[in-house]
Amino acid sequence: MEGEREMWKAQGIDLKRNDEFLEAAGKIYGDVYMKQPNRPKGMGFFDFVMSEVHSIRPKEMIDHREKGGKVVGTFCVYVPDEIIFAANGIGVGLCCGSDFSFIDAEDILPTNLCPLIKSGMGFKKGMLSPYFEACDFIVGETTCDGKKKVWEIFDNYIPTYIMEVPQKKDPKQRELWLKEVELFKEKMEKESGVTITPEVLGEKIKLINARRKALERLYELRKSSPLPISGKDALLVSQIAFYDDPVRFTSKTNELCDELEERVKNGEGVVEPTAPRILVSGCPMVIPNWKLHHIVETSGAIVACEETCTGTRYFDTPIVDETPTDIDGQLKAIADRYLNIKCSCFTPNDDRIDQIIKFARDYRADGVIYYTLQFCLTYNVEYEKVKRALNKEGIPLLRIETDYSEEDTGQLKTRIEGFLERIS
Amino acid sequence: MFAGIDVGSLVTKAVVLRDGKVAGYSIISSRTNPRKAGEQALEKAITNANCKREDIKCIVATGYGRSSFSFADKTVTELTCHATGAHYLNTEIRTVIDIGGQDSKVIKLDESGKMSDFAMNDKCAAGTGRFLEVMAQALEVGLDSMGEFSLKSDKPCSLSSICTVFAETEVISLIASGAKKKDIVAGLHMSIARRVGSMAKGLGLQKEIAFTGGVAKNSGVRSAFEEFLSVKFAPISEDPQIIGALGAALVASKF
Repeated sequence: MEGEREMWKAQGIDLKRNDEFLEAAGKIYGDVYMKQPNRPKGMGFFDFVMSEVHSIRPKEMIDHREKGGKVVGTFCVYVPDEIIFAANGIGVGLCCGSDFSFIDAEDILPTNLCPLIKSGMGFKKGMLSPYFEACDFIVGETTCDGKKKVWEIFDNYIPTYIMEVPQKKDPKQRELWLKEVELFKEKMEKESGVTITPEVLGEKIKLINARRKALERLYELRKSSPLPISGKDALLVSQIAFYDDPVRFTSKTNELCDELEERVKNGEGVVEPTAPRILVSGCPMVIPNWKLHHIVETSGAIVACEETCTGTRYFDTPIVDETPTDIDGQLKAIADRYLNIKCSCFTPNDDRIDQIIKFARDYRADGVIYYTLQFCLTYNVEYEKVKRALNKEGIPLLRIETDYSEEDTGQLKTRIEGFLERIS
Repeated sequence: MFAGIDVGSLVTKAVVLRDGKVAGYSIISSRTNPRKAGEQALEKAITNANCKREDIKCIVATGYGRSSFSFADKTVTELTCHATGAHYLNTEIRTVIDIGGQDSKVIKLDESGKMSDFAMNDKCAAGTGRFLEVMAQALEVGLDSMGEFSLKSDKPCSLSSICTVFAETEVISLIASGAKKKDIVAGLHMSIARRVGSMAKGLGLQKEIAFTGGVAKNSGVRSAFEEFLSVKFAPISEDPQIIGALGAALVASKF
């Protein structure tokens, strides 16, 4: 993009490190994405978005602010985008998927902390991300102890607002969460100076629901055999959903789905129908974290679905009920939909386990890979329950715990190839 | 004739099969060039088997460096190879514990010898051959004599840390506090048995159990395992270090 360097400079971005990051990420992207066979043409848009990852979208955000709008950074699928957009804001899922920024966070955070948190802190503190620098403030949530405490430190670098996500789903906790959603609406109104009307909120509920439906359509198509799209490409679409303009994203994803529908109709796939199909379940994978998918898909298998925050948890049904026409009803509908997300931060979380079994069947998975980030306590512990349930159903399961580094690629490849030998 | 090559992180092994029996094998250091190590190990095993390269109909490579060995007709993971090798030597084997240079694995087998499940260590070196190597250096004890040495201990030290780096620090403190080397070595062996043994328990331990890989030659680790798991390992008639390569050769014979 023309003028990108001036933009970064004005934002205070560390230009030298930004160049290094973009060069490294570009190389990884080339190796991981551009060498795939039979890619759908519709991925062209997403390739383009990635090629301009630090340029076009941040520019749109800066322009939006210059016109008086707000830009709000988020890290989790529990923060309701509907409310941000209804207050003339842009919601953006922030950068926390690379170990490139660890060095900037390690002097203030403990070593044994999840890579996602460490990476996010590093991108902000090291001034490495045009997205962070385009934000007015960020919204944290209490989905794990690491995040809960790190928001306090984030606040030294960027204004940080925290939503309290409860830990149980009983009526009392539902009430607390509804209150949190109402408070967030007030916060957005105060920051933006916009009064959220039922008309606008209704419109934005439809906007975000449309994004969910497009993703759901994409995932529905992944139930077909042969698979019309690789797991890596589908993951990329999910990842881009977090920060691209929702209208454009929804339209481009639907275009991609039109093409995939044709492929399904013609029985055309990216790999042979005999390739083992894998359901990935667990922690989020944030750009540019394509590590697991890449190993799986260069070992002769294909990922059919992600039961993760950068997968089904992001768009999972039920979507927000569009029938209420008053603010209270709309906020309750929003609160209900978000509290239905099956995150391991809740106890109990048995719905998630039932869902994994259902997805394994729906997506015709030959095996499940349980993916956790190092030091992600809740997903790591929940593995035991998932293991028992899947063993009972006779669904093969492999556990992978890893971080963002490449050091363990050889070991992971052995494990994944071994798993494929086991299930073949 | 068929050959299997197991290119490990520290040691490379090759086995040549004639009429379904081990005709010759070799064990050499991998050093820094896994490809070269694979070729050398194969040459040596061929010489030991008294045959020629042209006699080998199919070669299967396994181990960490399996894909860097270009002569292989096929690559298979060491998980499948250890299962295949152990089953060939004893059809009653249902669990294999394999500890190599950088990996520790627990493999479950069904009656036909097919791998039905497995567990492997994460990316740290705790509970691996590398762990023992580092500790042997810290203690100035020969790696090969650690087993015998530890069996003399009647009061193994308790080590709280199972991380290679932290354990080394802990070992140095133990030396400084006057602990006997044999007790420290016995403590280290217990810590490996606890770590890998817990992984085996998590997977569900079924008899008979074979212990393979380079570390299986360490009698101290063997007895620590037998104590921790309250089991006796099934005897295997070949060097435990070549079971992966043997499995690879067996896979080659069926390819």
